[in-house]
Amino acid sequence: MLTKRIIPCFDVADDRVVKGVSFVELRDAGDPVELAAKYDSSGADELVFLDITASSDNRRSMYDLIARTADQVFIPLTVGGGVRSSEDVRMMLEKGADKVSMNTAAIERPELISEASHRFGSQCIVVAVDAKKVGDEKWEIYTHGGRTSTGLDAVEWAREAVDRGSGELLVTSMDTDGHQTGYDIPMLQAINEAVSVPIIASGGAGEPEHLYEALTAGGADAVLAASIFHFGKYDIAYLKQYLERRGVPIRPIDVPNRSLNS
Amino acid sequence: MNFDRTVTIVDYGAGNLRSVARAVAHAGYEPFVTSESRAINDAWALIVPGVGAAADTMDNLRTRHLDVPIHNYIDSGRPFLGICMGMQALFEFSEEGGQHECLGILSGRVARFPSELTVPHIGWNTVHVDGDHPVFKDIPPDAYFYFVHSYHAETEDQKIVIGTTDYETRTFPSVVGRENIIATQFHPEKSGANGLKLYANFIQLARERGSIAPDSDETRKI
Repeated sequence: MLTKRIIPCFDVADDRVVKGVSFVELRDAGDPVELAAKYDSSGADELVFLDITASSDNRRSMYDLIARTADQVFIPLTVGGGVRSSEDVRMMLEKGADKVSMNTAAIERPELISEASHRFGSQCIVVAVDAKKVGDEKWEIYTHGGRTSTGLDAVEWAREAVDRGSGELLVTSMDTDGHQTGYDIPMLQAINEAVSVPIIASGGAGEPEHLYEALTAGGADAVLAASIFHFGKYDIAYLKQYLERRGVPIRPIDVPNRSLNS
Repeated sequence: MNFDRTVTIVDYGAGNLRSVARAVAHAGYEPFVTSESRAINDAWALIVPGVGAAADTMDNLRTRHLDVPIHNYIDSGRPFLGICMGMQALFEFSEEGGQHECLGILSGRVARFPSELTVPHIGWNTVHVDGDHPVFKDIPPDAYFYFVHSYHAETEDQKIVIGTTDYETRTFPSVVGRENIIATQFHPEKSGANGLKLYANFIQLARERGSIAPDSDETRKI
């Protein structure tokens, strides 16, 4: 049976994880490769790296970071942030990313989704749907961290992204993101009903109950979170036990004594 | 290069070979990523990975003149591991993007999941292996592996079905093969400890026995 995925997300700048890190733990927690390996061994089903600077200066170090992570971590890695062209997608895949997430560039030029999915396959193209509630059962796409309105309806945009070849949607509520008050369940439901690809819920996880709601009522196939993990509030093992107890299919944590020293 | 420790990985422009190479290295062997037919001829263990579309996979294999060497390699009885597109390419044809002729090494075809399912099938799912297969040695029964695909194999030949996976209303062959062939729809290089074990088993069997066949009587020397 297919299991629901728990996906820690790292916001990366200048080779460091910058958001949602407990600074008490900075000594170890700041290095993305170390964190990735730690989350892998503690049961993460997948990892997401978002380059939050998305500057050309940072691009090279991001490629290097992807490669170093892929060399050590044998679970899927999705990378996003500042993807502007099929060539950016190619570079990230070549460095070891399994999937590439695109956002602003896809809104400005939706053909990018079609081009990239045609060239590399839908399975590695994830479109990030960042939306705010603007009315009853109505959500609108925002860019630039929720500052810029696009006028696009979130459900319509989700549908177009999938029609153009997006193999998965990363759905973030800009209202709940960072607040740890729970995912936007009605938005997840509305988008889930409109498309047939897997949906990753993002924005708002603070309690185990929130993950459960997104994966059941929200219809999400995966939950993405940052703070809930990085602050050490709950570890993945605990969350998986919790979800399993409530009847959500999850992947048991890998057997111990594996070595990644080679 | 130490030939005894070198595992050949076919590069036909299918992108991410890095993880496959690293999984081979993790097993203590030296990955040799190549698009040279001569290297395929010389290999003692061959891996054909791949993501993307079936049409592109076959086009790439043909334009790089790798289809015949792969065929010859398999015919010689040496151990072969196919992954994802590297598995689908073994069948007679794929329906992806029209009707595309594949290598025709295994009987059957590759078809899309019906539209009432969530497609692609992405995530960790169980693989049920009937009986013992040496490549699955020390991997727990019904272990989880990582899948990401929209198309799956269909075959009338139950003898080539080594493992199956349930997805929503469907059950499909997720591990296929015969004698010297093993091929997985999932990505063992993305499946944590179980996947690494699968690579290690495949390579060690190939190196030590020259065969990955379940029945030791069929062991062949290279």
